[in-house]
Amino acid sequence: MADSVTVNSVSTTSPAPEPTRRDFLYIATGAAAVVATGAAVWPLISQMSPDASTLALASTEVDLSGVAVGQILTVKWRGNPVFVRHRTEKEIKEAEDKPLSQLPDPATDQSRVKKPEWLVVIGVCTHLGCVPLGHQGQYDGWFCPCHGSVYDTSGRIRQGPAPRNLDIPTYKFTSDTKILIG
Amino acid sequence: MTGHSTYVPKSALARWFESRLPLMGFVHASFIAYPTPKNLNYWWTFGGIATFMLTAQIVTGVVLAMHYTPEVTMAFDSVEKIMRDVNFGWLLRYAHSNGASMFFVAVYVHIFRSLYYGSYKAPREVLWILGVIIFLLMMATAFMGYVLPWGQMSFWGAKVITSLFSAIPFIGDSITLWLWGGYSVDNPTLNRFYSLHYLLPFMIVGVVVLHVWALHVTGQNNPTGVEVKSVPKDTVPFTPYATIKDAFGMVCFFILFAWFVFYVPNILGDADNYIRANPLVTPAHIVPEWYFLPYYAILRAIPSKLGGVIAMFSSIAIFAFLPWLDTSRVRSARYRPVYKVFFWVFVACGIGLGYLGSQPPEGGFVIAARILTTYYFLHLLVLIPLLGLFERPRPLPASIADSVLGSEVPMARRAAAE
Repeated sequence: MADSVTVNSVSTTSPAPEPTRRDFLYIATGAAAVVATGAAVWPLISQMSPDASTLALASTEVDLSGVAVGQILTVKWRGNPVFVRHRTEKEIKEAEDKPLSQLPDPATDQSRVKKPEWLVVIGVCTHLGCVPLGHQGQYDGWFCPCHGSVYDTSGRIRQGPAPRNLDIPTYKFTSDTKILIG
Repeated sequence: MTGHSTYVPKSALARWFESRLPLMGFVHASFIAYPTPKNLNYWWTFGGIATFMLTAQIVTGVVLAMHYTPEVTMAFDSVEKIMRDVNFGWLLRYAHSNGASMFFVAVYVHIFRSLYYGSYKAPREVLWILGVIIFLLMMATAFMGYVLPWGQMSFWGAKVITSLFSAIPFIGDSITLWLWGGYSVDNPTLNRFYSLHYLLPFMIVGVVVLHVWALHVTGQNNPTGVEVKSVPKDTVPFTPYATIKDAFGMVCFFILFAWFVFYVPNILGDADNYIRANPLVTPAHIVPEWYFLPYYAILRAIPSKLGGVIAMFSSIAIFAFLPWLDTSRVRSARYRPVYKVFFWVFVACGIGLGYLGSQPPEGGFVIAARILTTYYFLHLLVLIPLLGLFERPRPLPASIADSVLGSEVPMARRAAAE
């Protein structure tokens, strides 16, 4: 153990001491320990992410052939309801004709559908998450009984506290009568 | 031994905190400045390894508990789901199941180190008894944990061991009914075992804290069995010397652990546990995990049901009395040439009993188990007390420092003579 301290009375700065073997070993061991700890901790964090069986339910196929005109089918997708509405001519026209300036969350009907007779929306009110009731409300769209939000036949918010239109999930037509959600 | 801290808080914030809760000074005194005998060998690293394994089991266990379902129709499938669907689930499951075995490896080495060097002798009797309590809690925890996957061995192992309580006269059947929560091992049993399996490790943590506290009061034993006489001459500060030695020991231990987890994760287990539990079909051979085998052999060696139960529980309970059974005034087997031989015979007896526990209780196996069980109790109840009285120990070194430096002196003399 070095106990003595030499006082350098000369004002010139001495050159920095060479890193020793011990310094190298300390740094190398420390770096290895950090990497090893990271490798050990990663699985503990990753295991909380959705597992393979949950990811398998990430997509749902829906057969549209049984849904009559005017009917709303509710399916479960990623734990939430999705409304699949086979819209009537009247409902389509009402949705397309509405001017954007009167909408709290402006969006054209064409931007919300792929084929005009099929409306696919997530059935969760954008206010606080209740499931709205179909064929209800002033515009014959949906009505949320929790706090009175009213949606139209394009699933757009018209009245009430909900800030956004009903969300549109990612979906595509795999055939004329089948869609794949998610 | 604590109270050697020279810790002085460096910043104003540190001073503020330290005056309200002297945590940093406590850590410094207990794990940094703490005087450690300078002659400890690698057998002394297994206490730290065992503590790490306890932490590892708790961490992997808590994480597995996020995915496991403790219900008889769903438990087996939830474990398979962990193995197949959960991210890194296979790794966590194998780490936990093999981790239990590794925990017992570390604890058995730790116990046998104490038996060889006399670490259980005065003034470390309470330290030793706390260790016996930790061992008992570990066995209870491991037993209940093994039931959770609800395989054939889980169920039948639970059935056999819980049925032991029916051997108790008069109240045995009532106790067993109460334990089961029903007329047999079933859903209530599984549920309560899950709850207790989660609870007991935290009780182990509490007793480990007492164990380390008791250790720090007396200080470590060392390979000579001669107590520390002069702190500057006989000891070194725990950090960096013991810290690095423990870390190196741990890394070597992890290599063995990793070999099991990644290459042979099922080698220590029983294939029958990959079959769903069936209360109507008993497996051909009911065998507990390897760390219970010696006690299983003792249980089956005694022909009477109650006698077997008493023998099995006594075989562990006796160890609590070891500090008083051992009459020797010399601690370390290094200086006890006769005891040293019997120590290794005892080790062989333990391994032999373990092997016999894995075999069907028939023919030659039964005779061998009876012989080894007899030796087991003879060793503890007769040999150890008598050896202390009649053995002539070798001369002890004057101090730890002398023992460390002494071997160099004859060599220097020899070199000078040449």
